[in-house]
Amino acid sequence: MADKVPITLTVNGTKHSVHVEPRTLLVQFLREHLSLTGTHVGCDTSQCGACTVHLDGMAVKSCTMFAVQADGSSVTTIEGIGEIGHLHPLQQGFWEMHGLQCGFCTPGMIMSAADLLQHNAKPSEAEIRHALEGNFCRCTGYHNIVRAVQHASGQIQNQAQAADD
Amino acid sequence: MYTAEFDYKKVSSVADALAALKAHPDAKLLAGGHSLIPTMKLRLASPSALIDVSSIPGLKGIRLEGDVIVIGAMTTHRDIEHSSLLKDKCPILPEQAALIGDPMVRNKGTIGGSLAHADPAADYPASMLALGAKMKIESSSGARVVTADDFFVGMFQTAVAEGEMLTEIHIPANTKSSAYEKFAHPASRYAIVGVAVVKHADGTTRAALTGAGASAVRLPKLEAGSISSLVSAADLLSDNFASAEYRAHLVDVMAKKALARV
Repeated sequence: MADKVPITLTVNGTKHSVHVEPRTLLVQFLREHLSLTGTHVGCDTSQCGACTVHLDGMAVKSCTMFAVQADGSSVTTIEGIGEIGHLHPLQQGFWEMHGLQCGFCTPGMIMSAADLLQHNAKPSEAEIRHALEGNFCRCTGYHNIVRAVQHASGQIQNQAQAADD
Repeated sequence: MYTAEFDYKKVSSVADALAALKAHPDAKLLAGGHSLIPTMKLRLASPSALIDVSSIPGLKGIRLEGDVIVIGAMTTHRDIEHSSLLKDKCPILPEQAALIGDPMVRNKGTIGGSLAHADPAADYPASMLALGAKMKIESSSGARVVTADDFFVGMFQTAVAEGEMLTEIHIPANTKSSAYEKFAHPASRYAIVGVAVVKHADGTTRAALTGAGASAVRLPKLEAGSISSLVSAADLLSDNFASAEYRAHLVDVMAKKALARV
């Protein structure tokens, strides 16, 4: 077996120093080593986006990178962006606008949309659809997913407005 | 899916990367990994070692040196898409980068990785040919510079030889106007046909084609002023998405759309 490699990474604010086999995918590390099963494996071929997490604040497909590549980085998964009683505006948006049917694609959709809203707080419908091009919903619920992101965008702006007032 | 086992080595300089390549002749260089890792997961590639060159200082970034734009090989598609220098001096590259894959792919994938992989359906090769770009290739015996015309050798084949590494892309900052038109595969966003046209400040026009054949090529007929029957179907790929005849037709259509914008 190839030598294990020591890595240190922060996941949802918790620092982990571990030894991993080089071929361990980041998504396997998250799901199987840390039991963070909110990040899903859909196609496993970097097309569907169900495995999307944030690496140093940027959305990436965790099925298409090795855990060793995340050494020294900060990873945020769906478990790290909100909690029951204090949902992230996107989680609340998917709830309010019925943005999911089976829910399998939802964690990836939310992490991609969160990357979009970080850089563009008030995206147009076309910008939302373009930003979610790498996330597939096989229930074909895209309309409500877009509405969920628009709802979250409005919530974030209201919060910013309230903070200013 | 698991890849085959491999040894992992992260390097922090080009010299270390070249030394590691010498020590592990069947190793692969790992940049963004968005072509290599899927290939390894399908076991189409099983290198004994991966040499991670993604964080070598100096290989990432875009700068102007006189009248040449220098792009480090580890610059991501996202950085190219949002570069104000490129939007001003070389707008075809941000235009193309925004069409690659999806945002997550663009966050990890690099221009150097894409060019060295030389996927026949990649976008950048067409603009490299139309821009008259040059590639800096380094090895333990020194550096050499290869023109884009000599860089793309065939399907997944470039002028980068064993023990060598693509480190920089040099682009003349002389674009007067440019356009890229792509007929994209609806799922993968790879080019079924992509045509790049660049009008240069010296009055010349260069045009190139990607996606349709085994590798990107110049379009000499278009450069000479013709707008129909630009390529022969006999030279093109045929697959379950598009026949060679359909691709040949699309080349003319994409060329006309690109010409209308330059």
